[in-house]
Amino acid sequence: MKKMKLVCVGNGMAGIRTIEELLKVAPDLYEITVFGAEPHPNYNRILLSPVLAGEATLEEIVLNTRDWYDRNGITLHAGKTVTTIDRVRRVVVADDGTEAPYDRVLLATGSNPVILPIPGSKLEGVLTYRDIADTEAMIDAAKRYKHAVVIGGGLLGLEAANGLRVRGMEVTIVHLLDTLMERQLDRTAAKLLQASLEARGLKFKLPTETAEVVSGESGRVAAVRFKDGETIPADLVVMAVGVRPNFELARNAGLHCNRGVVVSDTMQTYDPRIYAVGECVSHRGIAYGLVAPLFEMAKVCATHLAAFGIGRYQGSVTSTKLKVTGIDLFSAGDFIGGEGTEHITLSDPVAGVYKKLVLKDDKLVGTVLYGDTVDGSYYFRLLREGRNVAEVRDRLMFGEANLGDTGHLGQNRAAAMADDMEVCGCNGVCKGTIVKAIREQKLYTLDDVRKHTKASSSCGSCTGLVEQILMTVAGADYSATPKQKPLCGCTDRTHSEVRQEIRALKPLTTLAAMKLLGWRTPNGCATCRPALNYYLISTWPHEAKDDPQSRFINERAHANIQKDGTFSVVPRIWGGITNAAELRRIADVAEKYSIPTIKVTGGQRIDLLGVKKEDLPAVWRDLDMPSGHAYAKALRTVKTCVGSEWCRFGVQDSTRMGQELERALWRMYAPHKVKLAVSGCPRNCAESGIKDVGVIGVDSGWEIYVAGNGGIKTEVAQFFVKVKTQEEVLEYSGAFLQLYREEGWYLERTVHFVNRVGLDYVKKRVLEDDAGRKALHERLLFALEGEPDPWAERAKGAAHGEFQSLEPAKETA
Amino acid sequence: MRTSDILTTPLSLQQKDMPPAPAHHAESDAGKQPSTSVGWVRICDVEDVPRLGARVLRRDGAANVAVFRTADDKFFALADRCPHRGGPLSQGIVFGERVACPLHNTCVELDTGCAVAPDKGQVQSFAVKIVDGNVYVDLHGG
Repeated sequence: MKKMKLVCVGNGMAGIRTIEELLKVAPDLYEITVFGAEPHPNYNRILLSPVLAGEATLEEIVLNTRDWYDRNGITLHAGKTVTTIDRVRRVVVADDGTEAPYDRVLLATGSNPVILPIPGSKLEGVLTYRDIADTEAMIDAAKRYKHAVVIGGGLLGLEAANGLRVRGMEVTIVHLLDTLMERQLDRTAAKLLQASLEARGLKFKLPTETAEVVSGESGRVAAVRFKDGETIPADLVVMAVGVRPNFELARNAGLHCNRGVVVSDTMQTYDPRIYAVGECVSHRGIAYGLVAPLFEMAKVCATHLAAFGIGRYQGSVTSTKLKVTGIDLFSAGDFIGGEGTEHITLSDPVAGVYKKLVLKDDKLVGTVLYGDTVDGSYYFRLLREGRNVAEVRDRLMFGEANLGDTGHLGQNRAAAMADDMEVCGCNGVCKGTIVKAIREQKLYTLDDVRKHTKASSSCGSCTGLVEQILMTVAGADYSATPKQKPLCGCTDRTHSEVRQEIRALKPLTTLAAMKLLGWRTPNGCATCRPALNYYLISTWPHEAKDDPQSRFINERAHANIQKDGTFSVVPRIWGGITNAAELRRIADVAEKYSIPTIKVTGGQRIDLLGVKKEDLPAVWRDLDMPSGHAYAKALRTVKTCVGSEWCRFGVQDSTRMGQELERALWRMYAPHKVKLAVSGCPRNCAESGIKDVGVIGVDSGWEIYVAGNGGIKTEVAQFFVKVKTQEEVLEYSGAFLQLYREEGWYLERTVHFVNRVGLDYVKKRVLEDDAGRKALHERLLFALEGEPDPWAERAKGAAHGEFQSLEPAKETA
Repeated sequence: MRTSDILTTPLSLQQKDMPPAPAHHAESDAGKQPSTSVGWVRICDVEDVPRLGARVLRRDGAANVAVFRTADDKFFALADRCPHRGGPLSQGIVFGERVACPLHNTCVELDTGCAVAPDKGQVQSFAVKIVDGNVYVDLHGG
């Protein structure tokens, strides 16, 4: 088939990023031509400031060399400005007469710097700050001249001023308002910033309006005159007073424009053959001037160019970081606040630290950090996710609360870590490795870093650290993970949406679910299939068809796979109470099948490790004990203390309570593993405080605690309710777990589920609504009714193919 | 070895309904000229391997071989060792024409044995053919 022709107008970050994304998903669909007004290959415009400051070279900020264009068969017209899009003939025409026919056009014309309409603005020595040519002219001027005036105290102006100062010039910054960076900083932070820039030798003149740029005898700029009459000498004037979307080409082509080229959520303009991304577009009335939104747009646009017809860009929350070495500054969201907002501030002028958090309706809506920005990524995440922070409010100012405790030397400040320190304890990834990968592989998102380095891809406890590193290294390039994460790459639907649709549409097999929900892969992937299978069987018990091939090996083989491919077997020992006959059988089995390791587990069970897969059914048959489900996202164990039967302190019969709970709940699949404990008195020897459901006997009844976790991050279970009878313990615990089963996301532990929906919501559903609680409990009992013991079935020969290996026949063909 | 037998992997099940040229030769010749140099070995019936699943062939002195079946009944065979840390690929989840290793989720292409980027590495692959509902693997190939 003949390839379609795609012409990309604009060789900047947005356009090329879109093409990179397109090549990833549809490498052979288009013959691609790129026009760029600058004579350079694609480079990282954001890093011009480090180049100006002498901290990076131009070569280092090139994103794609000419070799990349060649390798991908892309025709690059560098140094040619497109002047016309002829939509009738379907060709674009450049200023030198070059023509390129198209089937699709990608407009990525970026923006133009604003030039103040004042006398002298066209003089030699008056620059804007936008591209490589501007940067080179400034570097050149710094060698030959002394006095520079930067008009504009925003992000770009300050970065320009800092660079020129570092290169030895006397720099005065002129700003219309009396505080700097008013779009990113509040007054306090702005004043701190000004003071530290003054300490570096920068001069400020604000609030001041510029009247005229004055020419010298040579025709080059010699001075700047202000509205207040003052005149100061200037050999170089940099105007950094903002940018305007560059949409002249689009408007002349008759495309609908307002503040930019108007695009839909699919990045399509009013001409369906023409797409637009980046700073030139107006999306829902907003023209973005930062880089993170561009990347999000690029991804969406690429999928539509690839004719997948999926994905919508729904706008971005942006954050800013000033790229001046030695000054840490971060802001995001509504950092000024207004009606209905509350502020939490921390100010330590001596240490040069200022932090402000703006909250509205118990949610973080904005933040300004000055001097200490390590928690920027954390706050930004809270902000994007719109999480309710009421419960962590008292600790919020002190940073990342959900950073795990283990696996990274107790560190929670990535900046303070040396390159050889381990960030990800699961996969053995050091900080230096992550930094190197981000730089060399041009990684911008957490997912990219996970894929390339494996850091944060196992237990996730170091996610906060990795995000901190990403933000420090990639700076403003850092592209935040989307607010609502799709379940996996096979769909755009979130876990919640998938659950809702499974409830509404009632598919009964994983394949039917994928079809009904518009999966873009024929049979999903290793991430979505187990999730879908769980959602189906938990939503439609006894009706949905369990799909063994969509279960992880442990749940398919009903044993835990070990690193050498053998399995471990943990028989169920109700409440941790066993007897001589069971122990004898376990010992006999261990000898008969040469099981190398026998271990007592943390959940009061006995683990037989190193069992060959082929031996599993026979081992189960000989054990003659039920499955302990130690391999499943299901009820694992109910741990107990000896309780009132023997213990002189015990006030309740915790072993009996534990056994009843375990008999009621075993075979219960859940989004993740579920562990319970019952203690017979508040001394709590069964460690009920770190369990998904922890029960503690008191003289007058039972206290129930929920959503504890003893793993990656120790989470103390929260008090839920106090009840009187054993029946109530069963009903309340069961109802809580059924709510989790129905509304939890796959692989979400109870602590994360409760944090997401809020303990108040759980209390409303389980405690305040008596009928609702009973209904939840009923549904749990219905789901578990008749659910077989998987070991007993397999010991009798069920699913035998799973356990037999093949023998090669000595027959050839 | 006859060229008609050397079918490249993947080979779709549909071909068993086609004029059974290779099968014909295979059956009629098998008794006459048993050749020990031929690497094709009958492993199992087609229906022994579940769709989107795998079976494993144990071998002494050589890596086990995992035989995979896709949703559309294509068969593939790979050495049962993940290029990452040697995990048994036969125990992984099969999707599309890939398998995800059960140990650390490294994804491997079933036809080439190459890890899916950005993961690196490759595992030995073997040719597979289906003759009259029998699965044959060329254990000398790969």
